[in-house]
Amino acid sequence: MSKVEVFRAHHFDDLDQQHAASWIGMWVFLATEVMFFGGMFAGYTVYRYWYPQAFADASNHLDVLLGGINTAVLICSSFTMALAVYSAETSRRKPLITFLLLTIALGLVFLGIKFFEYYTKFEEHLVPGSLFKFEGPLARHAEIFFSFYFAMTGMHAVHMIIGIGLLTALVFQARRGRFSALYHTPVELTGLYWHFVDIVWIFLFPLLYLLGRHL
Amino acid sequence: MKFEPLVSRRTYALVFLTLLVLTALTTAIAFVDLGGGWNNVVALTIAVAKAALVILYFMHVRYSDKLTWVFVGAGFFWLLIMIGGIMDDVRTRPLLSPETAGTAAQSRAR
Amino acid sequence: MSLPEIEHREHYLNINYGIRSWLLTTDHKRIAWLYLLSVTFFFFIGGLFATLVRLELMTPQGDLVQAETYNKLFTMHGVTMVFFFLIPAIPAVLGNFLVPMMIGARDLAFPRLNLASWYIFILGGAFTLTAAAAGGVDTGWTFYTPYSSIYSNTHVVLTVVGVFVTGFSSILTGLNFIVTIHKMRAPGMTWFRLPLFIWSHYATSIIFILGTPVIAITLVLVGLERIFGLGIFDPALGGDPVLFQHLFWFYSHPAVYIMVLPAMGVVSELIACFSRKRIFGYTVVAFASLAIAVIGFLVWGHHMFVSGQSVHAGMIFSLLSFLVAIPSAIKVFNWTATLYKGSVSYDAPMLYALGFIGLFTIGGLTGLFLATLGVDVHVHDTYFIVAHFHYIMVGGSVMGYLGGIHFWWPKMTGRTYPEGWARLAALIIFIGFNLTFFPQFVLGYIGMPRRYHVYPPEFQVLNVMSTAGASILAVGYLLPLVYLIWSLRYGAVAGANPWGARGLEWQTSSPPPTSNFDRTPVVTEGAYAYEKDPEEIYTFRKPAHV
Repeated sequence: MSKVEVFRAHHFDDLDQQHAASWIGMWVFLATEVMFFGGMFAGYTVYRYWYPQAFADASNHLDVLLGGINTAVLICSSFTMALAVYSAETSRRKPLITFLLLTIALGLVFLGIKFFEYYTKFEEHLVPGSLFKFEGPLARHAEIFFSFYFAMTGMHAVHMIIGIGLLTALVFQARRGRFSALYHTPVELTGLYWHFVDIVWIFLFPLLYLLGRHL
Repeated sequence: MKFEPLVSRRTYALVFLTLLVLTALTTAIAFVDLGGGWNNVVALTIAVAKAALVILYFMHVRYSDKLTWVFVGAGFFWLLIMIGGIMDDVRTRPLLSPETAGTAAQSRAR
Repeated sequence: MSLPEIEHREHYLNINYGIRSWLLTTDHKRIAWLYLLSVTFFFFIGGLFATLVRLELMTPQGDLVQAETYNKLFTMHGVTMVFFFLIPAIPAVLGNFLVPMMIGARDLAFPRLNLASWYIFILGGAFTLTAAAAGGVDTGWTFYTPYSSIYSNTHVVLTVVGVFVTGFSSILTGLNFIVTIHKMRAPGMTWFRLPLFIWSHYATSIIFILGTPVIAITLVLVGLERIFGLGIFDPALGGDPVLFQHLFWFYSHPAVYIMVLPAMGVVSELIACFSRKRIFGYTVVAFASLAIAVIGFLVWGHHMFVSGQSVHAGMIFSLLSFLVAIPSAIKVFNWTATLYKGSVSYDAPMLYALGFIGLFTIGGLTGLFLATLGVDVHVHDTYFIVAHFHYIMVGGSVMGYLGGIHFWWPKMTGRTYPEGWARLAALIIFIGFNLTFFPQFVLGYIGMPRRYHVYPPEFQVLNVMSTAGASILAVGYLLPLVYLIWSLRYGAVAGANPWGARGLEWQTSSPPPTSNFDRTPVVTEGAYAYEKDPEEIYTFRKPAHV
């Protein structure tokens, strides 16, 4: 039995079957995530349809520069993640660890900027609830916008934190030499997860930050 | 046993740069009034393009089997069913103006 | 006294003893047992709430409990039964046990995720039971806003957390089934040789995957609104309670197909075996399962005809709801055609299967009345609805579950249950069920609203009939609990294939070895080849990988 056979679970016939099952399994999970975030996108669509002016006004209170930087940060992190997978596929242990660490770092930068944004929103009394203050007659509808802002970016941030946790576990495993061209499924699957979280943000950015800039 | 990577680093770099360019593009266009709801269309089109690039190249779907394509498609298709069904109701509700939906109740002191 | 034949041979039950070997197992068969015990527990909890509801409804006055308490009782009954019994029961018990065996695999694709799904189920149940113990929740199992998100003073957050957590148990089960069925079929087991039980569970898993996340996020939003005041459904802010209903029913309608599709899968297996015949129109029935799952996602608005939804949307949902009945009807016709000129026997599992067909048909036909916009305006939120869904969920799903438990009991335990008692129980259940729920159709039609603990005195006779039926039903449900447990010790030893059935699961010993088959099966024939001997259908290769 070759060294890589040790990764085969007993109920699979061979590594190919195991890999195919894991790959498809991850995509099935991502389909559930699409529907999970999708519920919030559906709600957003309804209220934006009904209250376009309020949503545009509220959106303009978000910092488009920080949002844009964060978008770029996440795209970079997807790039480093793809390179991490590439390194695992080509048995390059040190670049794998480097790219995993870079991805984590970029993820942390994103979260840092995000929480800074949350803090400023809190100071500006734009957090929904009893402390919410917004000038003008559209205040109530603007509060709905901010409810979606916090719910959607908050849920996204939770997923980022989980992703950083997964990546950290991968770093420890990579340091122990677990991954190579013959077996790197966990790196691949974590990559799929990370890219998915990036895609969610790719939609959140224009829908939350950009919708009212032209008005 | 040699494993050939599905996607080259060069391709990743090209996709990465394209994504950055598209991000800059969508941000810049957002400040220009294209009129008639076109801002929405453009923003969503660019977002879909970015997502497609990530899915096809970063997530290797371009080189994956048909089953993967089905699952990728199913998720997004189902989301469209949900949004479409809800919006069909919302858009065909009668003359009741959405602005009146909440005014019947006094604004509550929260 | 234990019988020697079983104890000498090693199988999945005796390979390891001790609580750790059960709580840390990754064997899908043992996990099925963990679920069996759990869902049985929740079934009786839900039954307890139902008992209190029916006791209150014996008299027109609200004399047993206060109104607020009554609201909690029917809510907890619904939440417990729907999320902690009906949705998991057949897939997590019978599906977990049988899916790998029916396709010739050694386990599901992700055994550890399977165990995790059970722990998640228990965790969700713990939250919900804690909410019940702490005073319960009174919003109805449907958690409509803004009552649930703003005004209710009961333990909404605890309960929705419990349901949210349990949802992930469903998701993991569905994920496991889909991947397993795609990737782990034995040699020769092509898609159209699969038993219809597998097709049903595949279709169910599609719903698990695409539907459950939506109720998950919806309940999160309700929780966020209660805790942080994120007013997404708050009318005072311009929020729309109907949006909640859209999101809620987008899952909860397909959820009812989660409850019924697996039962239909069981029924296909039972009808074939106890008619000694192939299922008539196998391919059509297989596609009908998929059609039910897909079309089932398009009809959710039929729960919202009187909620403020537009008439336009109502008409579309009404039309689609008629369409979704078609594949179900096709199945009923095909089962009936299977019986025709079959060699029919009436063992207990078959009694449940036949009961399913009759009661599901009644429930389904009344569903057509409800899909009719004009009729639904009259009977919505009355006992007509209550009767309709209980015919499907209890007359349908629970009968399917019991039929399946009896049918595969010998395979799971190596013992046979007492057939006489089982037939008696099936009969008692059938009678008790109809006495409980048929009067409710009449009650609803003549105007008794649901979720009320008081009613006009002219409704009392029918209510008393219903409560009487419920007590008979309770006896019927208690009987299997007793004799099935009894059979574990004193039941006759079962051979590998006591029913003479054709499925792959019957080609290995009862109870099966841990890896299901000592040798990898090779399939050469479709399911239900009752005109052939099993040896003509399956061969076995050299010892499988271990």
